[in-house]
Amino acid sequence: MSKLLGFKLVIPEDHVVWPSWVVLNTLVAAELVNLSQQVELPAGLRRELMPKHVGLIPDGHRRWAHQRGLSVQQGHSTIGRRLTELTRLCDKWGVQVLTVYGVSTETLTRPKEELDFLVSIFEEWVKSNMEEWARQNIRFSVIGNKSPLPRSIEQVLSEAEVALKANSGLHLMVALGYGGRYEILQACKSVSSKVKDGLIQLQDIDESLFEQELQTKCTKFPSPDLLIRTGGECRVSNFMLWQLAYSEFYFSKTFFPNYGEADFIEALSSFQQRQRRYGGRS
Amino acid sequence: MDKGRTNQATQMFENLGGILRKFIFSILSIGPVPSHIAFIMDGNRRYAKKQNLIDGDGHRTGFSALMNMLKYCYELGTKHVTVYAFSIDNFKRSPEEVQSIMQLMQEKIEGLIEEESIVNRYGIRVYFLGDLKLLNKPVRLAAERAMGATAKNSKAVLSICIAYTSLDEITHAVQESVEEKCDEIRVLNTSGAGYHHREHLINVTDIEEHMYTAVAPNPDIIIRTSGETRLSNFLLWQSAFCILYSPSVLWPEISVWHLVWAVLDFQRNYSYLEEKKKQA
Repeated sequence: MSKLLGFKLVIPEDHVVWPSWVVLNTLVAAELVNLSQQVELPAGLRRELMPKHVGLIPDGHRRWAHQRGLSVQQGHSTIGRRLTELTRLCDKWGVQVLTVYGVSTETLTRPKEELDFLVSIFEEWVKSNMEEWARQNIRFSVIGNKSPLPRSIEQVLSEAEVALKANSGLHLMVALGYGGRYEILQACKSVSSKVKDGLIQLQDIDESLFEQELQTKCTKFPSPDLLIRTGGECRVSNFMLWQLAYSEFYFSKTFFPNYGEADFIEALSSFQQRQRRYGGRS
Repeated sequence: MDKGRTNQATQMFENLGGILRKFIFSILSIGPVPSHIAFIMDGNRRYAKKQNLIDGDGHRTGFSALMNMLKYCYELGTKHVTVYAFSIDNFKRSPEEVQSIMQLMQEKIEGLIEEESIVNRYGIRVYFLGDLKLLNKPVRLAAERAMGATAKNSKAVLSICIAYTSLDEITHAVQESVEEKCDEIRVLNTSGAGYHHREHLINVTDIEEHMYTAVAPNPDIIIRTSGETRLSNFLLWQSAFCILYSPSVLWPEISVWHLVWAVLDFQRNYSYLEEKKKQA
């Protein structure tokens, strides 16, 4: 009910019987909100087929900038606006987890000036959206290795994670300083430590135990149902390698600075038409 | 007499095809050629349905398509080919289908090591990668025999992923890496030498050494036919920087042109891939 209305219903604990008109109006209001939210799904998309977890590799900034004779930095400056829009759409349309590939372990090796600028874009994006995310009951997490990143963004990220921790709506995860192989390696080291300390036995190591050691254990749905990569390249670039085992990929040719609602609907529509067999029979 | 003429005509077309292929490959080879291509051979059952065949015949036609693709890859100069033959998930299919696939695999594995097979013609070493204990005894023994019989071949490598999933492979590699490190520490402790914690941290090389697919480098291209764009638990770790190509053609209908297209795409992305290999 709280999620539908956007605020908590406070029912007094004493034995006052609420007037029936108050109860009736509240229920009608809740139903109208519910209906309006359901009506907002674009034509052709079915609510029950919405992916629970959408992964996003936003790519194409350089080429977009190059096409327009702009600098790479100007290309990257568009990230915040597009991500905000996509977050709102995911929240509106019932996606439960959105993971964005922000800064990869490979990007960490780029020239300092370029990396610092890119990181500052994400810092600004988080800072400027925290209030809206709090209102929208959005939860925020970071996966990846934050230690190579500038101290200022570390602080902003921690604040956002703590402030929005108790929220139960859309779970927004941003991968910063992240690599799929790095994540698996860290999980392996953690398992090794536990075995050395006698906390688990070697024969206990199976897929579900290992999955609990990955950073995505913080979310209810760690595996993306749909992975969208913009910019036209068809590769996963070391993103969520373990978690992508059965993900449906959608490679869009649109450069990320141009990626809007219509493009997202196209990806969702494609996803909803796919037959996912998981190796068994259709 | 007619049959003889038909055979002659077929032979002539095959020869012409071979010459045309050689010409195209020689042009492609001016640029970089992928050293490892992996295939997810999807669409055999849909092909069988389309052609009104029984399911099993779809897989048989798929096998012929595989032999052709192997020939093209090795002619092109690609040394490593990996194929997703049977996933651990596929055991979930109906017992009849699993049984039929197992029988076909046993037949084809035994055929692989015959004198005139493609494996001997091209000097291919064959590996079967996966949790082979899950296979029935005849198939497992045939696989082990094939690996033994081709062990001395060194011109090219064919890795057949069977009873395989990537998550199982990674978990297994993790288990082995952890066991190895714990043994190292135990030995050092017993000898009283002590150890430097930092030296005994597991690293990426340790994990990669224990993967079933350690026999080959990471793939440059993964091709999945039938238009599905997903990896279905295949080479997840290894696919980190490779190109994914998903033509809509069903596996039994795949042709040399799809390979040519994939190689051109690889050449277009070559500088990016090389940069990533250095960073990884």
